[in-house]
Amino acid sequence: MRRRSNGALYSLAAGLAAATVGIFACQSGRGPAVGAGDMASAAQAVYVAPGEYDEFYAFMSGGFSGQLTVMGLPSGRLLKQVPVFSQYPENGWGYSEETKAMLETSYGFVPWDDAHHPELSMTDGVPDGRWIFINGNNTPRVARVDLSTFETVEILEIPHSAGNHGSPFITPNSDYLVASTRFSVPVPNRDMSIEEYKGNFKGTLSFVRANDPGNMSIAFQILMPGYDYDLAHAGKGPSDGWMFFTSYNTEEEHTLLEVTASRRDKDFVAAVNYRRAEECVAAGAGRDMPADYRHNYFNEHHIAVSDRETSVRVIEPSDCSDLVYFLPTPKSPHGVDVDPTGEYIVAGGKLATVIPVHSFSRMIDAIAAEDFEEVIDEIPVLRYESILAGEVENAGLGPLHTEFDGRGFAYTTAFITSEIVKWEIGSWQVVDRIPVYYSVGHLMIPGGDSAEPWGRYLIALNKITKDRYLPTGPELAHSAQLIDISGERMRLLLDFPTQGEPHYAQGIAAELVMDNQVQFYSLDDNTHPHATKSPAEARVVREGNVVHVYMTSIRSHFTPDNVEGIRVGDEVHFHVTNLEQDWDVPHGFAAMGANTSELLIMPGETRTLVWNPTRPGIYPFYCTDFCSALHQEMQGYARVSPRDADVPLRWGTGGEWQTR
Amino acid sequence: MTIPLPSRAVPTVLLVLVIACAGGEGEAPPPEAPPDAPDRLTAVEIEQGLGPIRDLQLADVDAELAALGETAFTTKCSACHRIDSRFVAPALGDVLARRRPEFVMNMILNADEMVRRHPAVRELLAEFYTPMPTQVRDPEEARAILEFLRSVQTASLSPGEPTGDR
Repeated sequence: MRRRSNGALYSLAAGLAAATVGIFACQSGRGPAVGAGDMASAAQAVYVAPGEYDEFYAFMSGGFSGQLTVMGLPSGRLLKQVPVFSQYPENGWGYSEETKAMLETSYGFVPWDDAHHPELSMTDGVPDGRWIFINGNNTPRVARVDLSTFETVEILEIPHSAGNHGSPFITPNSDYLVASTRFSVPVPNRDMSIEEYKGNFKGTLSFVRANDPGNMSIAFQILMPGYDYDLAHAGKGPSDGWMFFTSYNTEEEHTLLEVTASRRDKDFVAAVNYRRAEECVAAGAGRDMPADYRHNYFNEHHIAVSDRETSVRVIEPSDCSDLVYFLPTPKSPHGVDVDPTGEYIVAGGKLATVIPVHSFSRMIDAIAAEDFEEVIDEIPVLRYESILAGEVENAGLGPLHTEFDGRGFAYTTAFITSEIVKWEIGSWQVVDRIPVYYSVGHLMIPGGDSAEPWGRYLIALNKITKDRYLPTGPELAHSAQLIDISGERMRLLLDFPTQGEPHYAQGIAAELVMDNQVQFYSLDDNTHPHATKSPAEARVVREGNVVHVYMTSIRSHFTPDNVEGIRVGDEVHFHVTNLEQDWDVPHGFAAMGANTSELLIMPGETRTLVWNPTRPGIYPFYCTDFCSALHQEMQGYARVSPRDADVPLRWGTGGEWQTR
Repeated sequence: MTIPLPSRAVPTVLLVLVIACAGGEGEAPPPEAPPDAPDRLTAVEIEQGLGPIRDLQLADVDAELAALGETAFTTKCSACHRIDSRFVAPALGDVLARRRPEFVMNMILNADEMVRRHPAVRELLAEFYTPMPTQVRDPEEARAILEFLRSVQTASLSPGEPTGDR
């Protein structure tokens, strides 16, 4: 029986016994044949007993959710949603006064983005568990998430970019992350005919200083020919100091790219010597171009601020010799991945029939020998045959992305044939393949893009779900699949649904993150200007039509929990400080009719909700996060009087009213 | 309706594995006593509480330390405790007439375990419902709060007055 047949659903409804038969029968009807013994063994491999921990954190991009999902491996359990580029009413991200500025851009407040590539910070080419970065595609940005708090702490907008897809790939010691533009556009952007694309539209490759939290900044941008720049990865080991970017649409077309940008046999991997760029910039090469972009970060009071930046250093290949080389790569390459040794550069040509593997050492030799096919805009194009280490044949159709197990094998996704292909570095022979369900994009091996992969698990991040889960109407959760790669043959262990589009992911051994967790914020260190650090300081202050309510929360009451003297037309700022000093005791705050989300306030933290009451009456507020046996008692009232009323301002808790 | 697992064989095997793992690792923490069955405490634990503080030697009240303690008390305790009246939690103006100073400090520093295991605190929970959270982890800060409480102990509260604690 096929899983999609109505028979399965009917049998579910018909009763327990019938459902058992129906589902069992269905599962045997799809995917690889899995015997009961194999299923038990797979179940054992992913079973994390109650109270036990997963071995790995997996950070899955939210894709069009704009967020980051944290899951445990091998269980596939959801651990957290970290809001990044999109407002998140669950905890007030982008709604509270303290976080709104994080979503400011040169276009104003942008409440959403499309987040594709999480990237862990690295030390010596290995993920170190300090931060994870992620890109915003649509309104070009990069964000830093602090892995001691799992909170987005910084967002930098990328000027002169359009579609920040090739980002935020990081260098081995987190000196730089990169941001390459998918869409070439006029630089600086201006009104002109789209038909004048060729020669006028430019691409930018931005290098962002990443190692100093709160101080991300653009070191330089490289102005490139008007191609689409797609993905990137840094060199390591011998290739440390180089960054590799894929490009397509070297045809420089502006319409129906599906056809027009697939004409050339080869596009390019752009190899950028960024140490050379540093030298050129230090020597004064290039120019400071006016730009308009935002840098958002938490200030010393843990309040987001948005700085306007107005200039960026731009260099061109003509300003700086030996800066960029093009490596011809068939056809419309997508991913570019560097093996753990740093010698091999693997590019997945979306439309290619082989996976080309470039050799870094042969590239260096070819550069020394000036073995160039041609020169485009002062960028030498190396000869394909001169730099090639090998081609992997029979690697499936539509190879996209490759990661590594650290034991001499590479794993490449084939989108069109929905499979993962394992091949050997050096012999370039395919040694194993496994079908995945369906249409796999990225894959992730924890540390699989680093110098030292934890080569035990692989996750296939699939674009199409179809019949893998109980159906949920037209839209289905995207599917991830966990594959055991510890043995000679790959073994499918588990399917699990994900949030948004888990476009790419990163994984890291749990102990590198779990031991650094902040459990609560110290009240003594809370310097928020509107903090209320004890109930004795709780008060209500009117400044014109702005009313500041300085409020505390602790299990299980607010101080004050009764407020009178608010008038229609006032702007009420509830500054709520959570006085708890223990782990896992957030308090929530919500007020009836507020045109915003709730607040979720961590222990020791102050967060602010702005409320504009429009009608006289009595308005309840309450704690939204179940905090104790008396959580349902954690409530209060605000009285709103008519605009011209003279009800005096007073407040209290426990029947003790105060007026000053 | 509960959706059954695809095969009856799988859960059986899983159960066996779970039991095997739990028995084999030997690292699992001892199971917590069910909340309605506190384990038996020693006489010292009954008297001085559960936690790091034992057998304090107290001199005369140190006014400077008590002032530090008052600041900490205001921030971390006063949401629930008043000195002279019952509030969310018991009044503390006579707490040292009822509890040993070690008990008070252990309650401050180790509230979770005290609430869970100490019979006197469990009785308080039954009366007040709100379990005391751990707000202080630094023994010196707890010591300062104790000093503040010592400085405000009053004879005006006679035993039996409805402070909420006994």
